[in-house]
Amino acid sequence: MASVAASLGRNLVWVVVGVFGAACLGGIALHRGESINAIWFIAAAAGIYAVAYRLYAGWIAAKVLGADPSRATPALRLNDGRDYVPTHRWITFGHHFAAIAGAGPLVGPTLAAQFGYLPGTLWLLAGAVLGGCVQDMVILWCSTRRDGRTLGQIARDELGPVAGSAALVGTLLIMVLIVAVLGLVVVNAMKHSPWGAFTVAATIPIAVLVGVYMRAIRPGRVLEGSLIGLFLLLAATVGGRWVAEHPTLGPMFDMDGPALALWVIGYGFVAAILPVWLLLAPRDYISTFIKIGAILMLAVGVIILRPEIRMPAVTQFTDGTGPVVAGHIFPFLFITIACGAVSGFHALISSGTTPKLIASEADLRLVGYGSMAMESFVGIMALIAACVLEPGVYFAINSSAGIVGSTVEQATATISGWGYPVTAQQMRDLAASMGETTLLARTGGAPSLAVGMATIFAGAFGQGLLALWYHFAIMFEALFILTAVDAGTRVGRFMLQDLLGNIWKPLGDTGSYPSTVVCSALFVATWGYFLYIGVIDPNGGINILWPLFGISNQMLAAIALAVATGILVKQDKARYAWVTGAPMAFLAFTTTWAAWEKLFSSDPRVGFLAGADAMAAKLEAGTLSAAQAAAAPQLIFNQRLDAGLTVFFIFVLWITIVEVARISVRHVKGRPVPPLSEAPYVPAGTLAVQGGDD
Amino acid sequence: MAGAVPVGMLRGFWEGLRQLTGDDAYDRYLERQASLHPEMPPLDREAFYLSELERRWSGVSRCC
Repeated sequence: MASVAASLGRNLVWVVVGVFGAACLGGIALHRGESINAIWFIAAAAGIYAVAYRLYAGWIAAKVLGADPSRATPALRLNDGRDYVPTHRWITFGHHFAAIAGAGPLVGPTLAAQFGYLPGTLWLLAGAVLGGCVQDMVILWCSTRRDGRTLGQIARDELGPVAGSAALVGTLLIMVLIVAVLGLVVVNAMKHSPWGAFTVAATIPIAVLVGVYMRAIRPGRVLEGSLIGLFLLLAATVGGRWVAEHPTLGPMFDMDGPALALWVIGYGFVAAILPVWLLLAPRDYISTFIKIGAILMLAVGVIILRPEIRMPAVTQFTDGTGPVVAGHIFPFLFITIACGAVSGFHALISSGTTPKLIASEADLRLVGYGSMAMESFVGIMALIAACVLEPGVYFAINSSAGIVGSTVEQATATISGWGYPVTAQQMRDLAASMGETTLLARTGGAPSLAVGMATIFAGAFGQGLLALWYHFAIMFEALFILTAVDAGTRVGRFMLQDLLGNIWKPLGDTGSYPSTVVCSALFVATWGYFLYIGVIDPNGGINILWPLFGISNQMLAAIALAVATGILVKQDKARYAWVTGAPMAFLAFTTTWAAWEKLFSSDPRVGFLAGADAMAAKLEAGTLSAAQAAAAPQLIFNQRLDAGLTVFFIFVLWITIVEVARISVRHVKGRPVPPLSEAPYVPAGTLAVQGGDD
Repeated sequence: MAGAVPVGMLRGFWEGLRQLTGDDAYDRYLERQASLHPEMPPLDREAFYLSELERRWSGVSRCC
């Protein structure tokens, strides 16, 4: 009786936390009229993550996965002191979180703020606790039970070569789109912003300096090196104002979109063929520090300042006419916010380095589910930063000139006409206070997030430094976006070498320099193409690239969840298959619906084919300006190419789902299927004493 | 004795930070190498650092 009472008492605490979180969320959802404070979003999110972690994740780990602390993990069994190292769970959590949290959860929620604060908040919370966190934990479990094999290998072993190839090709294409869209975000943040461009450019020599320090001067002293780099970067951020105002240096860093795109493409290629220690690794160290620091500062800033949310709960743009991302709220909310709710890409991290560090299956919940809940929380904060702006200001920053008009008077008049009053003077004053010439039509989310962050930082930590905070935020975003460009290109190059090695053997040698150069160039050219087209697109490029990226990321998530569902069924746990099967079905449904609209919608801003036809009609009628007419053939071709890609993604997705369904039915009917590739049970007890790392 | 707890916490934080960033990776490697492969001479600091980077950046290690 005593134990029942104790367990009731323990769970009562969680019931109270849950009721509190639900009450905060209910308050947010039902709130109408006067503005609402951001602190309620933090409270609702924290309460919901805590309860979901304690109850749902605990139940999944125990009942569905059968996580068994007595079972030796690969880190224990294969402990080689290098690849496989049993590591303390909080250290693994830190590594895993640093690996999964990038620019995605900052950009998506910022763009989705066009629908109002409510849809994004609900999807970030529900998507994470029922979908994203589950995916990350279950894939981590699958990989930990299989010696840390990758998603592609697991799919091939468990479901056969068809699903395996689908996962591989899907992964390669998603890499291309990620790098292209992130490159576009950073280009849009830097264009005609000499302060921003200088600061971002300065990260390159600073990283090289730190790289030399960490290799040759004080080998492996990464804390010292990172602190030196951090200090230099902050100095460059402060000095950027001086450079921007300098009569000769200023104009050198004042570049338009196409020029910046070419710089980013050239940089991506050079970075990919340089040794890792020189540029990629040191920059990643600095960027991880700044990333964690800035996210913590944002959380502390929101708690100190407790800003009011200015955005309405729901805007009229749920009808599909949104100026930031075109398309009806269903399904496009679920495509716009991928990272932060469910991100397929995480399945690659959860089946990469992390499973080789897991010391005990008891840690799967913290590392898999917990890290993703943290990332979702980052998404909530990005949403808050977008929604504390005056809606008129938010739309002026995030709407492209093709929609609201290219002069500040036209743009502010259009946006005020939508019911979000903003004046030309207000936008000029805001740009001046941020140390910029204009903030108009800076699509991609990074600048509006930076304005939001600067407002929160300046309010919480001291007014008057607004321009500095703004450029600090831009630098922070650009820094880890460029790290993603480097790292993505490197991984893409490896995949390409792997793939092309099947056609011509010498290309598959990852140690060969000519093969590295050729495959890097090929991969950079592919993402560079999408980036360049995005930059010259009068509708801002983000409107096309971000949904395409969202579709590919959700496709990968559905594939990962399908693989996990197949494994659950093969383990005779079909009664629990809904845990991964339900989010998979939801993602497959929304992604396919979104793809259908991207293909066949008659709205030229939504449908790729309609967009291409509309542009072709204008070109024929001669209503385009000379510059527009010159770019039109490329844009028309690109929209048709995007349509082809969309078809391909959906094809890959449904091939995997059909394969999983086929294998599951065969298994249930007792017919032969590929055997489970799980490593046999070995008790942890005897191994735990050997050289662990905790 | 009142000061003992914060000092311990600070030390714990510092050690955690060093481990999380990989600042003490070489020392940990020496320890592990001594217990797992006592017959093999360990790499020197620079060689270890380079091989760690090579290992870490050969797969998908950063997300969007």
